[in-house]
Amino acid sequence: MTLPSFSPGDDPGPSFTGLLARLEFPSGIPAVPAVASGAGSGGPGHGLDVPHGTTVVASKFADGVIMAGDRRATSGNLIAHRTMRKVFAADRWSGVAIAGAAGPAMDMVKLFQLQLQHYEKVEGHALSLEGKANQLSQMLKGNLPAAMQGMVVVPIFAGFDRHRGYGRLFAYDVTGGRYEEEDFVATGSGSLFARTAIKLGYSDTNSRDQAVDLLIRALFVAADDDSATGGPDAVRRIYPIVAVITERGYEELTDDEVAARFDVVLAEHTSRSNGGGVAEGSSAS
Amino acid sequence: MSMPFYVAVDQQMKDRADFAQKGIARGRSLVAVEYGAGVLLCAENPSRNLHKISEIYDRIGFGGVGRYNEYDQLRIAGIRHADLKGFTYSRDDVDSQALANLYAQIMGQIFTHETKPLEVEILVAAVGYRPEGNRLFHIRFDGSVTDEDGFAVLGGEAESIRERLKTSYAAGLELGAALEVAVAALAGPERTLAAADLEVASLDRMSEGRCFRRLDDDEVAGLLGPAPASAASVPDPSALIDPEA
Repeated sequence: MTLPSFSPGDDPGPSFTGLLARLEFPSGIPAVPAVASGAGSGGPGHGLDVPHGTTVVASKFADGVIMAGDRRATSGNLIAHRTMRKVFAADRWSGVAIAGAAGPAMDMVKLFQLQLQHYEKVEGHALSLEGKANQLSQMLKGNLPAAMQGMVVVPIFAGFDRHRGYGRLFAYDVTGGRYEEEDFVATGSGSLFARTAIKLGYSDTNSRDQAVDLLIRALFVAADDDSATGGPDAVRRIYPIVAVITERGYEELTDDEVAARFDVVLAEHTSRSNGGGVAEGSSAS
Repeated sequence: MSMPFYVAVDQQMKDRADFAQKGIARGRSLVAVEYGAGVLLCAENPSRNLHKISEIYDRIGFGGVGRYNEYDQLRIAGIRHADLKGFTYSRDDVDSQALANLYAQIMGQIFTHETKPLEVEILVAAVGYRPEGNRLFHIRFDGSVTDEDGFAVLGGEAESIRERLKTSYAAGLELGAALEVAVAALAGPERTLAAADLEVASLDRMSEGRCFRRLDDDEVAGLLGPAPASAASVPDPSALIDPEA
């Protein structure tokens, strides 16, 4: 490896992806060879059963934002991984959660983290939260050709805006479209159920504990109705990853804390499940 | 037809070295000190924005003295190298020695082949998982590298500072004590340096991931003990504008 140096006109500045492009480096954004016909129609993967990550959710609360994601990756009708991580720290003050084709999604997260860190080191200060959100948008745009062929990645970006002093949430679409959300957001296969569950309990004055409970319930409900979303797995002790982002930065809850909260949720559902409610069959998924 | 004057190679090299040394001597000095829990980097630098010390990678820090634009270019090249290497292989594969060698190569190249040698000295400091793993590579304007042990001094007054550190330095100091030793050596017997004149950062051994941490003026003042009254309690306006700095 060499020490990369550029003439002033060629300098990629603080952008790591710009640096990769200048060096004609095989970048993290996967280049999928064009398929002659039929590309872009049909379901995800076009019969190519790559692992897919599923439901991730995020919500604002009184002191910032909370993100959570289940741990399941599916490949067709099979469970590909039981312990996949879909919620990541993007840097100290923000997090990113992903749904979609697992490989490209994890590549994108890795490149995104590096991009933010590279900028911070070169410039001496971090990007603004909005700047970070825009960076992710540009990466998604770069992934569009792959998305057209089924390698869809849809992230959520959340962070604490230190200039403004509150938490912010950003949702994306496949084309890199960026939508700032005022309250909560869910993406992935179980997002329809999860979103409804959050909607019922959301308030912007929720405390940390209330918001954590709400997201955990939302994932529980999503796992109940969507086979691709993993519920809490008490046998293997696999629980969703829950991250809280406040002015103190990005912190993940311990498995023990998440497990304890799930126990409460499960107990509640069991006590009123005689009518065939949510608890049927989901507690040991 | 005119012929260029013949200049003996040793004269040429000497001229270049003199030129570079003169440039470096104009700037202020920097020291790196190994302490119990990591490596401390401390520079005399009244500017808040033109940094002499910076982060390269998880466990690697950078220090430069001399011409700002020149060492800053080297700094950025180092960050690019480290990030690319970590991206290609893994974060564990980024090592300070390879980086120091690359710096030496490029600085040596410029010293012998370009019209003007670089007027800088740089330091590549790495904190190990154990004290034996610490590395301090001092790279001079001509590309010569020294692997220093315990402490390293860069800059025009390096000799006298090194003499002072030789008597005051001990292995395994606390952060505060290490800072005091470093600052006393930088200042010399006739001067005192306040927090505002210093740029200080540490590489903490026990940190997870990124070990590099800047110490702000308040923290430096606290570690140095009671400051003279005049230097204290001026609110820093930049803190209001840029909370992420």
